[in-house]
Amino acid sequence: MSINNEKRNTYYESIIKQGYSRRDFMKFSTYMAAFMGLESTMVGQIAQSLENTPRLPVIWEHYQECTCCSESFIRSNHPIVADIILDRISLDYSLTLMAASGHQAEAAKAETMKKYHGEYILCVEGSIPLGDDGNYCCIAGKSAKETFLEAAEGAKAIIAWGSCASNGCVQAAKPNPTEATPIHKLVKNKPIIRVPGCPPIGEVMAGVIMHVVAFGRLPKLDRLGRPKAFYGKRVHDTCYRRPYYDAGLFAETFDDENSKKGYCLYKLGCKGPMTYNACASMKWNNGVSFPIQSGHGCIGCSEEEFWDKGPFYERTTSVPGFAVESNADTVGKVAAGVLAGGLAVHAVAANISKRTELMDRIKRGKKNEKNIDS
Amino acid sequence: METKNFKRVMVWELPVRFFHWVNVITIIILAVTGFIIANPPALQSSAEATNLHSFGIVRFIHFGAAYIFFFNMILRIYWSFVGNKYANWRAFWPFSKKMWNNFWHVMKIDVMLLNEDHPDVKNISIGHNSVASLSYLVLFLVALIQVFTGFALYADTSGWWLPKLFNWVSPLLGSDFVTRTIHHISTWIFILFSLVHVYLVFYHDWLEGRGEVSSMFGGYKFVSETRLKKSSKFHDKKIEEK
Repeated sequence: MSINNEKRNTYYESIIKQGYSRRDFMKFSTYMAAFMGLESTMVGQIAQSLENTPRLPVIWEHYQECTCCSESFIRSNHPIVADIILDRISLDYSLTLMAASGHQAEAAKAETMKKYHGEYILCVEGSIPLGDDGNYCCIAGKSAKETFLEAAEGAKAIIAWGSCASNGCVQAAKPNPTEATPIHKLVKNKPIIRVPGCPPIGEVMAGVIMHVVAFGRLPKLDRLGRPKAFYGKRVHDTCYRRPYYDAGLFAETFDDENSKKGYCLYKLGCKGPMTYNACASMKWNNGVSFPIQSGHGCIGCSEEEFWDKGPFYERTTSVPGFAVESNADTVGKVAAGVLAGGLAVHAVAANISKRTELMDRIKRGKKNEKNIDS
Repeated sequence: METKNFKRVMVWELPVRFFHWVNVITIIILAVTGFIIANPPALQSSAEATNLHSFGIVRFIHFGAAYIFFFNMILRIYWSFVGNKYANWRAFWPFSKKMWNNFWHVMKIDVMLLNEDHPDVKNISIGHNSVASLSYLVLFLVALIQVFTGFALYADTSGWWLPKLFNWVSPLLGSDFVTRTIHHISTWIFILFSLVHVYLVFYHDWLEGRGEVSSMFGGYKFVSETRLKKSSKFHDKKIEEK
């Protein structure tokens, strides 16, 4: 897949070469503008920059992951995303999708890193294990940490795909045996876009890449480094079942009448109210559905530590340091009960211990009562 | 042995009492609605969602009470700079030597229930004792936690700049998951505090007989005459003559 020696085509040239028409190209630009939440006047700007910008070299690394991010990406809405951005043109190195393998592949990567030093975009899928000298994940004889730091060094920007690269994901769940680490903890001096989700929505991924390509800079990020356009709202705030929540109409079990009526899944542990993602507005699989629409609560897969923060199907608040079964309310009730008992004991003990003083005072008080004059 | 003579002393000024009772009401409302929000009751209704807004109303009450709680807190902070010495912020910072001694005295006499051979009236605090002020200091911090985590959870659905000031809290803690957990657990600290607080107020009222309970209504506590300056008798007369 080494195309480094070819002249760097613009995106437009590559798209036309692939057999797409100008009309397809304009449709694609419009799709992209819509995904990014831009107004229609920006479509021209996207089309123009795709016509004039030479292809951005991209290295796509896979570490501790399940490749669901790549799978999600190639299923994104418009075929050009998979065809042009990912599949054929843009990727200089991607374990999953490139044709080359072994030494050839590694050589292609080394060449890109050298030739486009400071220009290429590094996409990372998966967390990086630091335990046991990083031996839990090795590619081409090098540990994930080693390859990552090497690739990050010359990158213009880094995109952390999915919850693994952004937050560590399930392999970082307690006790995190491999010390799976999200990439922002390893590299501090490069701009990092975090695109969490397990996986992130394909259109979101395309939107992020297209933003970098079309405008030559990173999209607007929130405080956690996530693109605001896609992670600015909670799933709950854009959910079509929200009216049921505000009305207080909840499904109590997955098979009750309320559930059939499509009531809010809040009491069944839906994590929508705490999860920032675009699922409810963009949906999945070309806008077909998303978990809540399919009758299952959100598990909060794009939030940090969603795997360790209590059960998926209950709205309990776990208390750190207590057994898994106990929740904040159980602990609170027990504590209140013990405390109330303790106070009752204290009250009795106080009357016993201070009885001389008390009896004395009561006696004096009664004496005064008898001596009331008027 | 004669009954002690007590003098009526204004300890809790009106803004302090106002703060206290607004606090009581808002904390009760916040805790109740908070628990409802955390685990809403099953509503058996055949009405369409369009015609119902019950959960929205519960949340509205929670947020409304939260604002009152917050501004009430600001009022109290202001008063801790202009109020009397029992309301002053210094009374809530019990780390001077004198107040630290009082802390151990209260621990011995009121918590461990020991008796003294020669009780010194000066050991009885007129305002808060040091153990109490320390507990209020802790409660103030917990209240701050509630304000920060509460507004953080609220910020995204609000259009006002004030809640939006707390936008940074959730990212700092990691996620809304953590923010919500802290918000929920802290509620229990208020509940546990209230239990002890109410018990100790009754305890002091019963054992010291200085009007501990009624002081939060009228503001007055009764202080042994021996603790007042000699000249105060003269003042009393002057007031009577007027």
